[in-house]
Order: sequence, then structure tokens, then C-alpha cells
Amino acid sequence: MQNLIDDIQETRETTATKKQTHIPGEAGIWVMIFGDMLVFSFMFVAFMYYRRADVVLFEQSRAHLNQHFGLVNTFFMLTSSWFVAMAISAARANRVKMTVAFFRLALACGVGFSVVKITEYAQKINAGIVLNTNDFYMYYYVFTGIHFMHVLIGMSVLAFMAHYAAKGDFSPLKVSHFESGASFWHVVDLLWIALFALLYLLQ
Amino acid sequence: MTATSRTKRITGMWVALIVATLVSWTLGQSDWLGSTRRTSIAILIIAFLKIRYVILDFMELREAPLIMRMVAEAWVLIVCATIIAFYAF
Repeated sequence: MQNLIDDIQETRETTATKKQTHIPGEAGIWVMIFGDMLVFSFMFVAFMYYRRADVVLFEQSRAHLNQHFGLVNTFFMLTSSWFVAMAISAARANRVKMTVAFFRLALACGVGFSVVKITEYAQKINAGIVLNTNDFYMYYYVFTGIHFMHVLIGMSVLAFMAHYAAKGDFSPLKVSHFESGASFWHVVDLLWIALFALLYLLQ
Repeated sequence: MTATSRTKRITGMWVALIVATLVSWTLGQSDWLGSTRRTSIAILIIAFLKIRYVILDFMELREAPLIMRMVAEAWVLIVCATIIAFYAF
């Protein structure tokens, strides 16, 4: 019965809002997001350019990365991104506790990602592999390092949003603030998807 | 989109993203596609498809003004094509 009501409601909404569009969060956050994506795209292309100049070295170095760390972190990123998207749905439905819970779950995935990343760095450094070992590792440390800073900033945003959500009183403006923070976290996720493919998987 | 249908869509998308990750992982470990080159190109295409759906469904650019969606779609296409071009040629 509830499903039927939802379906009817949805049909009404889609008919009524067919032409309506919605920008998640403030427009300003999108300027930052697109700027960030543009910077990363230049980094990806630079990596591919220098990779072509020394494929053997890049491939040998890549083979020394622990791909399981990359895989586990991909699961953390995708799952935290999903939790954040669920938090937004909960916020729109004015479900305070659920919103807070989803933001906290997303944050927990961010903590998991960080633990894996730090373990990975520690293992590499202990094995004597550092920033200036070779070109591949220079890109590896710089790209994952810049990404990791995004993760840390994103985690502070998630922690803040969980705290802000716990106060309740979800106005459209407040939901829009949540959307801004959520959009940033999704960028952190999508940049990791590209880094995982380029650094860990590309043979 | 209602809350229920949005929740269903993003949950389905999360499952699809996990499956896609496992597929590209398995491709990388196996020789199903017959050559490293084909495998790597497939891995890149899967990665950028994942990125596209994160943008469309998690970031909700599917419902955003067309110009924003077009900018994002163009970014995915251009970056993916450029990376594959550097890889393959």
C-alpha cells in the first residue's frame, strides 16, 4: 500500500516538476568542485605523459604497490559516498537521527580509509621507498598525498555535518548546506576511483 | 524524485559500483581479454563509467541544469579519452 502511495506521489511529482532542475548545494561549491576536477585532470594527463616515457620503470614500480590496500580503500570510498547520499535523502525527509547516523557511518569509512592509507605509506617508507625513489613514486606520493588532504578536509566536513545535523530543525537552507558538503565528499570519492585505476591497476 | 525512489536508485548504484570494482579487479588479475593492453583500456573505461555514475546519481547532476551536466559529462569523456590515447598510442 505504501509503495502504491509512493508511486502515485512520484508520478504526480514527475509530471509537475518535469522541467524543474535542482543544483545540489550552493552554486559556489560547484565552482570549487569543477576547479578541483580540472586540476586533477591535468595531473592525470601529466602522469600518463611521463609514464609513456618510461613504461618499464612505471610498471615495475606499480607491481610493488600493495593492490589490496587500493581495493579496500576503493570499497571505503564508494561506501562512504553512498552513506552520504543516503544522509541527504534522510535530511530531505526530515529524519534527524538517520541523517546523523549516515554522516557518522560515512565518517567511519573515512577513518578506515585513513588507517589503510597510513599503513600503506608506513610500509613503503620502511621498505625505503620514498618520494624521490623514482618518477612513479613521486607521482604516487604527490597524487595520493593531495588526495589524502582532501580526505582529511572531507572528514572534518562530515564531522561538522553530523554535529550540525544533530541539532535538527532542517530548513531548506540547512539541507542545501548538507548538499554542499556531500558534493565535496563525492568528489573525493570520484578522484580516488581515477587514482586507483591509474596508479594501482593500469598495466 | 521521491525519497523512496532516490534511495532505491543510489543503493542500486552503490551495488553496481562495487560490482564494477570487482570486475575491473578480476580483469587485472586474469587474462580474459587476451592482452594487457585490452585489459588496461577496459579498466580505464570501467573507472570513468563509475565516475560518471557517481556524478549523475550521487552528486545528482542528472537533475541539475543541463549546462552543469554537460560540463561534467564532457570532463569525463575528454579526460578518459586523453588518458586512453596516451596509454595506447
